Parts: sequence; structure tokens; C-alpha cells
Amino acid sequence: MKLTETLTDLANPTRFLALTARILPWLAAATAILLAIGLYQSAMAPDDYQQGATVKIMFIHVPNAWLSMFVWSVMSVAALGTLVWRHPLADVAAKAAAPIGAAFTFLALVTGSLWGRPMWGTYWEWDARLTSVLILFLMYLGLMALWRAVEDPSRAARAAAVLTLVGAINIPIIKFSVDWWNTLHQPASVLRMGGSTLDKAFLWPLLVMAIAFSLLFITLHLAAMRNEILRRRVRSLQMMQASRVSFTGEASSGPKEIGAA
Amino acid sequence: MSALAALIRRDIKIALRVGGGALIGVLFFLTVTVLMPFAVGPDLALLSRLGPAILWLGALLASLLTLDRLFTADHEDGSLDLIVMSRTPLELACAAKALAHWIAAGLPLIVATPVLGLLLNLDGTATLAVAATLLAGTPALTFTGMIGAALAVTLHRGGLLLAVLVLPLSIPVLIFGVAASQAAISGPLPFGTPFSILCALSLASLVIGPFAAAASLRHGLD
Repeated sequence: MKLTETLTDLANPTRFLALTARILPWLAAATAILLAIGLYQSAMAPDDYQQGATVKIMFIHVPNAWLSMFVWSVMSVAALGTLVWRHPLADVAAKAAAPIGAAFTFLALVTGSLWGRPMWGTYWEWDARLTSVLILFLMYLGLMALWRAVEDPSRAARAAAVLTLVGAINIPIIKFSVDWWNTLHQPASVLRMGGSTLDKAFLWPLLVMAIAFSLLFITLHLAAMRNEILRRRVRSLQMMQASRVSFTGEASSGPKEIGAA
Repeated sequence: MSALAALIRRDIKIALRVGGGALIGVLFFLTVTVLMPFAVGPDLALLSRLGPAILWLGALLASLLTLDRLFTADHEDGSLDLIVMSRTPLELACAAKALAHWIAAGLPLIVATPVLGLLLNLDGTATLAVAATLLAGTPALTFTGMIGAALAVTLHRGGLLLAVLVLPLSIPVLIFGVAASQAAISGPLPFGTPFSILCALSLASLVIGPFAAAASLRHGLD
């Protein structure tokens, strides 16, 4: 009951803007502090006995990869919000998340291939995990193209919501691809049955970095949502202005009126 | 049930009639396949190795090309609104339309495969394998592509946007279709493993496609 009340409260964009204006500085500060701690711990982490210093790529690569899937899940929940509950902020959330998710996916692919070069001897390998993440990246780009192709935001939102939910099928495929297919990419080692196989010296920095990256996403997402709300307000103000101009222009048909309005 | 049968009959009739454009897909398939030897060179051994992949790519692009017509024509003459408002569930109507589209535009591709296989120096087993995988896989292409077609018609955009949205979804079908064909021809894998995954993809898209397309039509049309 409390949760639905909060969600209904947040449906008011003005209230959302006021609330996020208060929260955002704290979130940004927490993100910066955690990122600093995480980066320091990653730099201080011991070298792996096999991989040497390149193991430190993991502290950037793994959080990016987690978030690339997490952001699509967030967008799927937002898509449900658009289609089922018609929550007014859901499509704002979905639209703002897409470029951020695409950026995380891109970084996961880039850091992964930089890590793969010294370890596997190749930048790219068409294995199941890499291919499915690449498909995820393409779908992020397709979704962004869809948002950009249509002027009316609410119409674009419903189309994007359907596409997001269909694309969500890819998420479990990415997660379990390393277990289903025996490939070059290593299987899950942190979240698995029977506890993590990662040593504590690596696990702690990784967890800190994961939380820091999640906070980074939340901060960027809220800021992007604020921008999107403001952008829509500017758009509707411009349209009101334009319709008023054309109306007065029709009434007196003088260029002076347009200048005055 | 009779309403759905009538819808299927009508769609097939329209697709095969003058201006329907279903058979243009086959012509496109033929042209793409003929283009490939010019691009990679007329080396027969190489062509027979690449053959299944070329045929699958051609079929994928051909089915994508014809998908544009799936809802736009009905939207232009207003019959799509009647279908949306009718008492038949929209999901079933979408499934019927996709089935009709597959019969009119997908089956001819499979019939044309043996002829094109000759051009690519494929032997009997290889041609049979490609035809069988296309038979099992093209429904998945049609039913996932239908989602893109429904989005395109509600957005009044087609063409490139449709391709950008649909092609990533069809990558798994392409992977397992070509893998099954290769397995039948040379591969160490048994033919059954990738082929049954291909069938599973088709069956899953048979369920997901109509629901997603119906949702986007219901929310998108005004």
C-alpha cells in the first residue's frame, strides 16, 4: 500500500522534479566516494597468479556487463508501467535509460575485448556470451532509433515498450549463455550456487565497484529523467506558442503580431 | 474459426494478385543469390561451402522485404481498423495474417531453394538440409518480423527502421538455421540438435509474435 502511494505521488512530474532535486546531490556524492574507494581498492588488489595485472580490467568490465543487463530490466519494468499502468513517468524512465544502457553495454564490449586480447589472444570471438551481448547492444541502438524516429513521445513510448518487452527475452539468454554453451567466456563465478569462487581480495573491490556503478546509473538516470521532463515541457510550451502565433496570425494576418506574441 | 479462415484466404488472394507483391520476394531471393558468386568469385568449392549461409541470408532479407506489406496495405484501406474492432481476438487475427503471409511469401522461397542450390553447387543432401531448415525457420522470421511490421504501421515508418528493429531479433534463427544446415552437410554436430532448437525458436515466436504485434496495434493505432 505504501509503495503504490509513493508511486502515485511520483506520478506528478513537478513532485518528482522537486524530490530528485533534493536527492541528486547526495546520490552524486555517494557515487563519487564509492567510485573512489572502489578504484583505489582495485588498484591495490594483488595481481592474479595467471593473468598478472590484466585481472584489474575485471573491476571495470564486470560492473559494466552487469549494468548492461540491469538497465534493460529497468526498461522492461518501465515498459510494463507504460503499457499496463499507464504511469506518466514510466515512458520518461524508459527513454532516459536507453542511451545509458547502450553506453554501459558498449563499455562492457570494449573492456571485454581489451581483456580478451592478452588472455585469449583475440579481440573478438564469436562465442555465445559475446554474441548475445552484441545483440543486446544492437537492440539498444534500435530502440534509440525508434525513440528518435517518432515525434509524438507517447506514441513512441508504446511502440518502444512493446519492443523492450520482446527484447527482454535476450536477458536470460545472456545470463545463462555461459552455462548452456561451453564457450571461451568463463562461466559465472560470483553469483552462483555454492558461493563465489572468487578470492576475497578480488571479491570486495568488485562488489564495491558494482555498487558504485549501480549508483552511477541511478544518478545518471534520474538526471536524464529530469532533462527529459524539462525537454517535454519546453516542447509543449513551444507548441502552445506556435499555435497561439498561428491563431493570432490568422486573426489579423500581420507579421507584427507574430513578433509581439 | 471461419472468420480466421476467411482472413487467411483473403490475405493469400491479395498477396498473389496483381500488385500483391508476394512473388517479388522470390525474385529478390534469386537476385541476391545470383549476386553472391560475383562478390566472392565463381570458385565452386567455396560456393558449396558458403551455399547454406548465402541461401539463409537471401531468405532472411527476402522475408524482411515483404514484411513491410503485412499491415500497411490494410492500414491504408482501413480494413486493419475493422480487424482491430472485430469480435475475433486480435492476437488470433494477427497470427492468421502472419500465417497467410508465410504461405504466400515464405513457402515460395523454400520451393525456390533447390533451383538456387544448383547455382551454388550444393549436392542433394545439402539442398535438402537447407530446404528443411528454411521450412522450420522461416515461420520464426515471419512471426518475429510481424512485431516489427506492427510497430512500423503504428509509427507510420517503414523501411530501414523495420530492418533495424527486426534484424537483431532474427539473429538466433540465422545462427541455428545455418548451424543445422552445416551439421547435415559436414559438421561434427548431429543434425537434430540445432534443428530442434530452430523448431523451438519457431514455436516460441509463434506464441510471442501475435501477442506483441496485437499489443502494439491495440496501443498504437488511433
